Amino acid sequence: MKAPSFAYARPDSLREALELLARHGEAARVLAGGQSLLASLNMRLSSPELLVDITGLGELSGIRVRNGALCIGALTRHCEIERSAEVARHLPLLAQAVAHVAHVAIRNAGTLGGSLALADPAAEYPACALALDATLVIAGAGGERRVAARDFFRALYSTALGPDELLLAAEFPLSAPGYRSAFLELARRQGDYAIVGVAAHGRIVRGTISDLRLAYLGVGATAVRARRAAAALEGKAYGPQALAAAQAALGEDLDPSPDLYHTAATKLHLARVLTGRVLAALVQ
Amino acid sequence: MSQAPATEIETSFVLNGIPVTRRVPARQHLVDFLREEMGLTGSHTACEHGVCGACTLRVDGEILRGCLMLAVQANGRRVDTIEGLSDSGELAALQGAFHERNALQCGFCTPGMLMAALDLVHRRPQATREQIREHLSGNYCRCTGYHSIVDAVEAVLEARRGGAKR
Repeated sequence: MKAPSFAYARPDSLREALELLARHGEAARVLAGGQSLLASLNMRLSSPELLVDITGLGELSGIRVRNGALCIGALTRHCEIERSAEVARHLPLLAQAVAHVAHVAIRNAGTLGGSLALADPAAEYPACALALDATLVIAGAGGERRVAARDFFRALYSTALGPDELLLAAEFPLSAPGYRSAFLELARRQGDYAIVGVAAHGRIVRGTISDLRLAYLGVGATAVRARRAAAALEGKAYGPQALAAAQAALGEDLDPSPDLYHTAATKLHLARVLTGRVLAALVQ
Repeated sequence: MSQAPATEIETSFVLNGIPVTRRVPARQHLVDFLREEMGLTGSHTACEHGVCGACTLRVDGEILRGCLMLAVQANGRRVDTIEGLSDSGELAALQGAFHERNALQCGFCTPGMLMAALDLVHRRPQATREQIREHLSGNYCRCTGYHSIVDAVEAVLEARRGGAKR
């Protein structure tokens, strides 16, 4: 199908972009990589009056270490995260996750900020942001504010971002010594929409797990932190007993909805299977 | 320079090496513009939501979905299509291998498949069969079952590496 009619603007300063968003409110949508927005317009799932193309705002792009965190600009594309030596060194979780984001042609256009701001429940980055305790940097008419990832994702495709605000960057604390990361995902075809995925990050010292964060995608309206499953593993060595306790606790953490192909029970089962695999990857 | 809100906008870019300037509706995606305004019908429209890969184009040297980019967003960029890369001979080896290996039947996916395969040939000349499959995972083919396509791409990579398996 073809997109409905809309107006297009391409501001070349943040101030101008924010003014446009303030003036047009809910009638405007931000266009970054466009890999979800243009698809939804082509399918006429939404009909904004104005697209504000922010790709002219060069300062929103780039990856740099700042104050103990890796700060990734909202316009940084998936392919740039994939190739970044800084991401590979400091955020192995994100480096593993990006390989699961769609396909090459889409990774060449789609952006980190677009994925976080859309908050698709099957997307990879929101789960990584939860597992790594990322902070989102947001600009609005009143200046900048920072929101922790756990407070950013509110509901299905819904975040703390106001219609007149723009996501500038995400700050991921640098991985500390002793911490390890693993990301796994199940999909029908490489790069397809995830059925279930998990981002895991925690401290592993001589086989003992602590401070573990497990964040799941594809199992709810938002990415979900599994706090009970992680608590069941605190201070434990990885083994069949610890795993069984975590898998049992996962039933308390997750309440998946069925999709076209999988029942809720199947999704929970697959989440438990992935839990076993991701823990094995973490301690290996 | 900023573009103020408008529903029709002038866009200028280099298309297969030739500068073009046109007024386009803001809502028109790039592959529709190429097919309907420029008569370049080699890039196909099928799903129009980024799933099938039949509209794959090369923009500033990187492959993109032609249906997930607006024509106005091509402004200032360099766009290469299947027509340009066929005429320049850049695709000749892949086209020959697709022909020899029977890597197409109806041919609908072929332009997009060739564009994605060429990207792999340029960027990952050492790719294994598994990596070829992964690279082409964003392109649907409903006829071949993919094996012959992977064979054709592998043959080109091997020939370029010097150890022809033909």
